[in-house]
Amino acid sequence: MAIPARPALPQLDVSPHVRALILAAAWTIGTLAVILLIGLVLTQTEDVFTWSGYIQQIVSGLAQGAIFASLALALVLIYRTTDILNFAQGEMAMFTTFIAWSLMNHMPYWPAFVLTLVIAFVGGAAIERVIIRPVEHRPEIVVVIVTIGLLIALNGLAPWIWGPEVKPFETPFSNGTTEIGGVVIAYQDLGVLAVTLATVLLLWAFFRFTTLGLVMRAVANSQDASRLLGVRVGWMLALGWGLAAMLGAIAGMMAAPTQFLDANLMLIILIYSFAAAVLGGIDSPVGAVVGGLILGVLINILGTYVDFIGGELRLPAAFVVLLVVLLIRPQGLFGHRVVRRV
Amino acid sequence: MPLLELMDVHARYGPIRALHGISLAVDDGEVVAILGANGAGKTTTLRSISSMTRTSGEIRFNDKRIARRSPEYVARLGVAHVPEGRGLFPELSVWENLRMGAVGRRRGGNFQADAKRFIGYFPWMERRREQPAGTLSGGEQQMLALGRALVGRPKLLMLDEPSLGLAPTVVRELFATVRRLNEEEGLTVLVVEQNATIALDVASRAYVLEVGKVAVEGTSDELQRHEGVRKSYLGY
Repeated sequence: MAIPARPALPQLDVSPHVRALILAAAWTIGTLAVILLIGLVLTQTEDVFTWSGYIQQIVSGLAQGAIFASLALALVLIYRTTDILNFAQGEMAMFTTFIAWSLMNHMPYWPAFVLTLVIAFVGGAAIERVIIRPVEHRPEIVVVIVTIGLLIALNGLAPWIWGPEVKPFETPFSNGTTEIGGVVIAYQDLGVLAVTLATVLLLWAFFRFTTLGLVMRAVANSQDASRLLGVRVGWMLALGWGLAAMLGAIAGMMAAPTQFLDANLMLIILIYSFAAAVLGGIDSPVGAVVGGLILGVLINILGTYVDFIGGELRLPAAFVVLLVVLLIRPQGLFGHRVVRRV
Repeated sequence: MPLLELMDVHARYGPIRALHGISLAVDDGEVVAILGANGAGKTTTLRSISSMTRTSGEIRFNDKRIARRSPEYVARLGVAHVPEGRGLFPELSVWENLRMGAVGRRRGGNFQADAKRFIGYFPWMERRREQPAGTLSGGEQQMLALGRALVGRPKLLMLDEPSLGLAPTVVRELFATVRRLNEEEGLTVLVVEQNATIALDVASRAYVLEVGKVAVEGTSDELQRHEGVRKSYLGY
């Protein structure tokens, strides 16, 4: 009863792992080439241009981008499991950062950090169960309005609880800088990069190697099919919201030391993160991370080297880039058109 | 006491009534077919058993009332439902799809051992375990859906139109596998089919649905001789 052998498609000849490696290598080489190219252009256009200064801008752009990446990943996580764009993601992050601030008044940084993540996880899951679940099966617009309502509620609740004044936020990284090959890099930037990348890797390993991660990916693929296999889909969705809230909390705690903490901490970051998620392809976690990093570097370089953009026009500039990318590649950089054969 | 029993089950989609009081029973170890034309209520019957549709009436499985519960509850009791369209996870690999078959089952058991045993029925799966399920051919997808259901060690397997869109040779293979599983593993099967010829060939009994009601029921032999069934569903 063997199935007659079907000629393998050419692109299936290499294993998916090999293909992923080739793709990653191509991306790395391509990125380096683009960075080099932009640098070469800048040597011609700028009066005072140093390569070390340029690379410095790239590194601090990466640190900024890592924060966009975390929040974008949170957005993608929820979008993939529930098809909802969670407009409250940024305010959830801001709110948990305030909780972290309160905790840090009573305990050292890292215990407070971990405790905040736990609270964020529970809070995120609770929001799904209590606020999102009742409207889950309503038209998308209803759910979107609910998340916007949540955004406004949290944005108002935070100053009501913690007061309207801007708060300084502790950083676990030392204030100084280090020099690597003539490039001056702030410990703060390196720390932010390390924390977010470690988080992304942990999350990836969770989805890739654990049964729970597998079940969550299955739920993202098809809720009905998952139910028929006995998966308690509701709890998986709550788990997804919990994880997303944790990612947001990390983004908030990483952003707060340089941006200062108030109720609007995450508003602009959320907009960039939406842009990053769309740039990467709204259904792709890898895309969200790459999109976040690209966007961070890009706005930093544009803001530094293009005079008329400066500090003020960064946001519009980011959207012009997004627009151009989407015109060429409507599904985003990594978004896929699903392979399906019937 | 039958393994599965439906008593006067009604179902509706909004204002449209799909089932007008269905009663049927499946005994342990049987292969039972549900036949009928498009829109007769075959799929709705399976969906009612899986609590995917609003119903009234009573449904009992393994001595428990399962009507109006949830799909996950019914699945965890040991009902494996391979829906129309197969319900695979196209982006997950063959192996990950198989693993998903075991997550909901109640008794622990050894997934690796079960997977090995059931993959024996579909030898190609071993070689393709890393391939995304969405890139398999239609027949392979149906086999994978079947394999995934088996890994959950169900007490009852429900197949919804397994022959849909498949080439005749593949359909014959598929039903031959179902027959082997019934004989060798003692698997109880409730299969919905439009292809009455092949379904009656494998099933011991069958129900013929017409507009949401059981029109005819009997053993496969009886139905194959039944004049109305022959004319309407077997085509001779």
